[in-house]
Amino acid sequence: MYIEIKDACKNYVQDGKEFTALDHVSLDIEKGEFICLLGPSGCGKSTLLNALAGFEKVNSGSVKIDGKEVKAPSINNITIFQNYGLLPWRNVLKNVELGLESKKVPKAEREAAAKKYLELVGLSGYEKRYPKQLSGGQQQRVAIARGLAVDPDIIFMDEPFGALDAITRMKLQEDILKISHEENKTIIFVTHDIEEAVFLADRIVVMMADPGRIKSVVKVPLGDKRDRTSENFLYVRDRIFDLFNMKSEGYIEYYI
Amino acid sequence: MKKFLSLKNVVVSIAILILIWQLLFSVSSYSEALFPSPKMAFDALLEMISDGTLFENIKTSMYRFGVGYSVSVAAAVILGLILGRIPKVFQYVNPVLQLLRPISPTAWMPFIVLLFGIGDVPAIVIIFIAAFFPVLLSTVSAVGNIDPVYLKVSKNFGIKQPALTWKVIFPAAFPQIANGIHLALGTAWIFLVAGEMVGAQSGLGYQIIDARNNIRADILLATILVIGVIGILLDGILKLIEKAVMKSWGGAV
Repeated sequence: MYIEIKDACKNYVQDGKEFTALDHVSLDIEKGEFICLLGPSGCGKSTLLNALAGFEKVNSGSVKIDGKEVKAPSINNITIFQNYGLLPWRNVLKNVELGLESKKVPKAEREAAAKKYLELVGLSGYEKRYPKQLSGGQQQRVAIARGLAVDPDIIFMDEPFGALDAITRMKLQEDILKISHEENKTIIFVTHDIEEAVFLADRIVVMMADPGRIKSVVKVPLGDKRDRTSENFLYVRDRIFDLFNMKSEGYIEYYI
Repeated sequence: MKKFLSLKNVVVSIAILILIWQLLFSVSSYSEALFPSPKMAFDALLEMISDGTLFENIKTSMYRFGVGYSVSVAAAVILGLILGRIPKVFQYVNPVLQLLRPISPTAWMPFIVLLFGIGDVPAIVIIFIAAFFPVLLSTVSAVGNIDPVYLKVSKNFGIKQPALTWKVIFPAAFPQIANGIHLALGTAWIFLVAGEMVGAQSGLGYQIIDARNNIRADILLATILVIGVIGILLDGILKLIEKAVMKSWGGAV
């Protein structure tokens, strides 16, 4: 399996109280899958993402990517943050070039690659602008271009569209879905928005809080072209709603 | 329009100052030698300009100020960038800084003169001390206040030291560092005069002592005004530099 999480546990101590963010979480992910980690706040979805991305370590259990234990962040697996993480003192082009500089790509090639990915996210002509001069949606597009520019294997997205208005969010959802198919990346996407998860994911990992755990893994057999108003879409969405309305139970169910 | 208004404010404000000065001069019973009129101070200024002493002293003072202030800022920023990244060490450095910081730089004067003699060095050292603490402390706190997402992004994209410092940490912390650099400019300029009054035989500070010794209150007041005007100019120049840097780093401000 490409990504393997086995029996991962993570505890925090907050205000003297112990808090279980991840309670024996196990999950396998295949290469090229689009996975949504869905759940309410405190369910450990961001903790799980941070463990996969190498920003945090689990207390016990193992988190492996391509057979190797995750110890630190890597330029092969890029994280997209909710607040974009663009460097405000660099213009759009220079922001996209950031990762390529670490890879010691020559200047001309860097610029060409940055321009190519800016075009992919629909921001040609914005090269000389600064992040402050862009809307939130445009800033997140720059962050996505910056991530894609280093040609990562996996893209982690931590509620990336959480700060955007509904219309912009839907547009970006469509774009990221298209990009995920075109660029063939493995994407792990954290969200608390059920529709977003159904629209994007190949599989939805439904998580529950206190302690943070996986309740269920739901396959979304809706194909590449998704329609938010189709019957199948609503059917899957209702399924997820059901899962959240039910009293939490101690075992994991699988729906296919 | 805004510029015109502020110019008007400046002119009126200074005119009022000169008016009050003139009034005080007219009603006071002090001897002219002890309390000169604005006109006498202005004449003294012309005298200093024409015999070249003013520019000679400004040159000397500016040299000391330039060296002391720039070396101090550079040292404090570099040390601050390092200490800001290792809070565990800073916890042990901080108490000493807090102990030294409230001491007026002039308190070190006797010691400095004994060690370095009379001349350029004592004034430079005083300015160094005056600028050092505000810049160091604001740099350390600026580095501590950097949005963690910048550091996460840097880690993710494999940016390692020393590139991390000059590509990410310094520019991210710059607005707050600039604040400290700006504050330190005023403080340092104040202490230049103090330093030259004790540890030097030239410069604007010395000119004040010299005027006192010769009972030339007109020269004294003229020098004080010159010191004030240079202080304003330095502040203005620094503001322009800050703006230019900020602008090239994100169209901010």
